[in-house]
Amino acid sequence: MKESLREIYTGLSSLITGLGITLRQFFKPVVTVQYPHESLKMPARFRGHIELVRDPATGKPLCYACKLCEKACPTDCITVEGLKRDGEKRKSVSEYHLDFTRCSLCGSCVEACKSGAIRFSKEYNLAGTSKEEFILDLFRRLEREGK
Amino acid sequence: MSALAAIQIGEPLRLVLFLLGIMAFVGFNAAYLVWAERKGAGRFQRRVGPSEVGYAGLLQPIADAVKLLTKQVLVPPGADATLFRAAPILVIAPALISLAVIPFGPALAARDLNVGLIMIFAFGSVNVMALMLGGWSSRNKYAIISAARVVSQNVAYEIPMLLVVVTMLLVTGTMSLTKIVEDQAGGFWHWNLFRLAANPLMPLTFLTFYICMLAETNRAPFDMAEAESELVAGAYTEYAGMGFGVFFMGEYANILLGCSLATVLFLGGWQCPFGLLPGVFWFLVKLYLLVFSVIWVRWTFPRTQFYGLLNLSWKILIPLSLGTLVLSAAMIKLLGR
Amino acid sequence: MSPSEVIAAPEGQRETFVLNLGPQHPATHGVLRLKLTMDGEFIVRAEPVCGYIHRMHEKMAENRSYAQFLPNTSRIDYLSAMTYTHAFVGAVERAAKLEVPPRAEFIRVITSELNRISSHLVWLGAYLLDLGGFTPLLYAFDDREKILDLLEGVTGARLTYCYYRFGGVCNDVDEAFTRGTKEFVAYMRPRLDMYRALVTDNIILRKRLVGIAPISAETCRKYGATGPVIRGSGVAYDVRRREPYSAYPLFDFEVPNFPEGDCMARYLVRMEEMAQSLRIIEQAVDRLPEGPVMATAVPRVLKLPAGDVAYAVEAARGRFMVHIVSDNKEIPYRVKLRTPSLSNLSLFEEASQGLVLPDAVALLGSLDLVIPDIDR
Repeated sequence: MKESLREIYTGLSSLITGLGITLRQFFKPVVTVQYPHESLKMPARFRGHIELVRDPATGKPLCYACKLCEKACPTDCITVEGLKRDGEKRKSVSEYHLDFTRCSLCGSCVEACKSGAIRFSKEYNLAGTSKEEFILDLFRRLEREGK
Repeated sequence: MSALAAIQIGEPLRLVLFLLGIMAFVGFNAAYLVWAERKGAGRFQRRVGPSEVGYAGLLQPIADAVKLLTKQVLVPPGADATLFRAAPILVIAPALISLAVIPFGPALAARDLNVGLIMIFAFGSVNVMALMLGGWSSRNKYAIISAARVVSQNVAYEIPMLLVVVTMLLVTGTMSLTKIVEDQAGGFWHWNLFRLAANPLMPLTFLTFYICMLAETNRAPFDMAEAESELVAGAYTEYAGMGFGVFFMGEYANILLGCSLATVLFLGGWQCPFGLLPGVFWFLVKLYLLVFSVIWVRWTFPRTQFYGLLNLSWKILIPLSLGTLVLSAAMIKLLGR
Repeated sequence: MSPSEVIAAPEGQRETFVLNLGPQHPATHGVLRLKLTMDGEFIVRAEPVCGYIHRMHEKMAENRSYAQFLPNTSRIDYLSAMTYTHAFVGAVERAAKLEVPPRAEFIRVITSELNRISSHLVWLGAYLLDLGGFTPLLYAFDDREKILDLLEGVTGARLTYCYYRFGGVCNDVDEAFTRGTKEFVAYMRPRLDMYRALVTDNIILRKRLVGIAPISAETCRKYGATGPVIRGSGVAYDVRRREPYSAYPLFDFEVPNFPEGDCMARYLVRMEEMAQSLRIIEQAVDRLPEGPVMATAVPRVLKLPAGDVAYAVEAARGRFMVHIVSDNKEIPYRVKLRTPSLSNLSLFEEASQGLVLPDAVALLGSLDLVIPDIDR
């Protein structure tokens, strides 16, 4: 008898403590960010899809199509082609396609590249209406950014 | 308010106006209590509730209603169509009828029956039957399990509720709700909650009534019938579109009814706490404070185990309410009312 | 009828029906199908059917080089991704005899323990959601955001980190991380007290968990259940103590275990593990040594010598072991992933006999299954 009375007492007090905790949380500010109206800044090492890097001196992409990234990728997402233009010592990239539908953002390509020609971008606002939109043409993207 | 009471309207017209008013009140509340619950849930969880549709999400219930209206009401093949369609109506109709005797203000009761209190409980039992019919006629195993649980839960919790009501009858001496409220005039120390001379355990009686009200309306922590994470949606699984909408409205109408009854029986109805300006405003304040506490309790506690729920009723609440009934009878015999 | 009477009644006397807790169900934490043969409210037989999310990780391992398999390891059990990568990386390092610098070992311990806390927070939220308490989920996810922000600052990813490399870690941690971790430890301890007051001491929760679905240590051993499941049955088995790896021998922590074996014991084990993880993190951050984070002589193209190697870690769910069979090529011959959730699930059939449906849901939640971990 005494046991059950004590249980009722501790039970009721645990319920009231719980109510007190939620009431205290009621008056605290919200912790969520209302996404389309506000957005967060991505940290420096954020992994968005990869992008080509320009040489600051010449303004041309650093990539010379050695295809190390293509070999390193676990899911064969990358297709690189290069052209050797007249007057240049080595090839330079002419096409760079990333199949983002299969990319797992592992970073093998970024680590495999010997010349620092690719890096992670900070893009996360990606939405499209068809799968083909996510076969990214990074070379054209770099050209568009340059303009 | 007294000015309104002075206007004389012919009897059938007055009753019709009041009933229309009650239906509008219930409809508006059913819609906007959903909004209040979602916003309240959001704030308890440190997030903003609905905020996109309209300013602060105030048009969200309208968007939900439009969505429910445009859905096809499917009757599952092999289900009993008449019972399937009748169940939602049977959930909301008794709540609407019972609200006809609640005194919202000094002259604002649709019908002042002298057996008002008993009438409410007579109609309240129909709620159980409606859920059982809804569950059984859906021809769905989850719904049947849920219907079985609802029946045993509601039957178990009606008993302490009725015992509490009998205790209050002894204490107040009348079954007419308007007279019960008029008896509690004066400051808040005249409210039935503090009437310790007639029943020293009155706060416990109020707590018992509150718990039984939560259990009767199948609200968390007693929502085994609708236990979302186990039974998908329990008795409501097969209902789509407005059938589900009416069930939902019925649930909120029952919460309103339960909280109104608690306000009238224990907290002085439309009486002001300081005896100054009685009126419907005080009734609404107390009603919505109780509704807030119902929302608060829902979002804080997990669901009780089914056997724990029945144990609570049969082993704790019924002895407690029987004890308070005997105690009140003894006190009233000794000290008078 | 009591549960034991239900089981004892002869077959012909029972009127049973089959309830399908299908692959799409809020309480099965993923795509697990449970075929429950029920007698009224009691479960007579529970048959789990898995395989709905079989993604052939072990087959993929046979077609990728060791470095190319690293992203897969994060995705086997995405909630404790760091620890799974640790096992694979540890196995390769053990076979290739690579020496990991101490700073990298400490960083691995810190990130693994942070991952363990975030996994247990998801477990806490989801378990309470199953039991009907919706609010602690949001509080747990708020705490988890802080961990994910810390790890995002270091690795760049929030859930499927591809952070460890053979011979170390790929990025060094900066001062913002160590400061943030210390702040997190100071923030989390009062939050654990809050969970105790709001959830653990709550009478309704205690009625749901105490004495429900007791599992004996023999049953755990029979099915090979590890992790909090066996620690909740009184056996103090933790891979970090039995088969010490990485920098764990340097830290002072306890292995919580409770003898009762019911759902509450498993619950308390996980809550206590979070507190112990905070202790480990605190010690590791205080004693973080300077130095490189990557071993010096790592071959560009890794070929393991022919033979077997195995490496086990204590993941959030139990003992995860990677067993690699190599035939001296760049691509392994076979990679076997021994996942804890499969063993933990296999005792569900025996433990759920005679339970009512809500108790079975409580049992399923207390086993902390992640279905992709079962199916790989």
